[in-house]
Amino acid sequence: MRATVHVRLKRSVLDPQGQAIHQALQTLGYEGIREIRQGKYFEIELEEGLPPERARELLERLAHEVLANPVLEEYRVEIEGDVR
Amino acid sequence: MRFGVVVFPGSNCDHDAYHVISKVLGQPVDFIWHKQTALGDYDAVILPGGFSYGDYLRAGALARFSPIMGAVREFAARGGLVLGICNGFQILCESGLLPGALMRNRGRRFLCQFVHVRVEATDTPFTQLYRKGQVLHLPIAHGEGNYYCDPETLAELRRENRIIFRYCDAEGNVTEAANPNGSLDNIAGICNRERNVLGMMPHPERASEEILGSSDGRALFQSLALVLAAMTRE
Repeated sequence: MRATVHVRLKRSVLDPQGQAIHQALQTLGYEGIREIRQGKYFEIELEEGLPPERARELLERLAHEVLANPVLEEYRVEIEGDVR
Repeated sequence: MRFGVVVFPGSNCDHDAYHVISKVLGQPVDFIWHKQTALGDYDAVILPGGFSYGDYLRAGALARFSPIMGAVREFAARGGLVLGICNGFQILCESGLLPGALMRNRGRRFLCQFVHVRVEATDTPFTQLYRKGQVLHLPIAHGEGNYYCDPETLAELRRENRIIFRYCDAEGNVTEAANPNGSLDNIAGICNRERNVLGMMPHPERASEEILGSSDGRALFQSLALVLAAMTRE
């Protein structure tokens, strides 16, 4: 079973890296881009047979406690095949 | 009195801190490897600067889970003196021992330069030998030193007088131009509510001898030694 966790800066937090990428793209001549925000993406392989509720609970906890810093960031947990 | 300097994989100011305690202060000090689960008989613990765990995930995010951090947390809860410098400050924030977080510098660059900071409070074991309003000349060396917290936390830090150092100009004016990294309210260092845990981005241990260009950081360590000496006498 595979899961993904997306971590991104809260909207209210400045993202200098995203801004730098945006500026570079403008310099390179890419048009039509209004804003870029950079985030992190984690692919997590879960052990087979883990009940989906347990898996979700586990992932929410590790996203909150480790992968994201809730002071600055928000996260989204997705489990493949588990559409919620 | 005995000082301990925690060594994480990737710490690189551990020897600077050790040098200041042993040679400048002339006090006993040990390195504490991060795999230890217990702190020995220490009176003050320093989390040094560097790039623990290569700053993977976020600066300080993985060091927070090092075995020694449980003991550091208990030590702090007992009132033990904990000083986090640079990466040490980042680790203290990630650990929840101090509020807020240190984000990437506003200007994106790694900053390695001298700055001025103003001493905002002297009622801590770390700053009692300074004057309130005193301007210190200290080096910074960080890519993620941009202090951030939510407005409620900032209000609390102000109300409880827990902002200990703020970036300022040479005359002591706290201005936007004197803010090197975009830190909220020019914050360069804060302490916890009990005032026994201090985190700061500038490096006092790199500015404790004249030969290094500034000795303004020395009084911070001397303050600690004075407090500990008084505690030992009691």
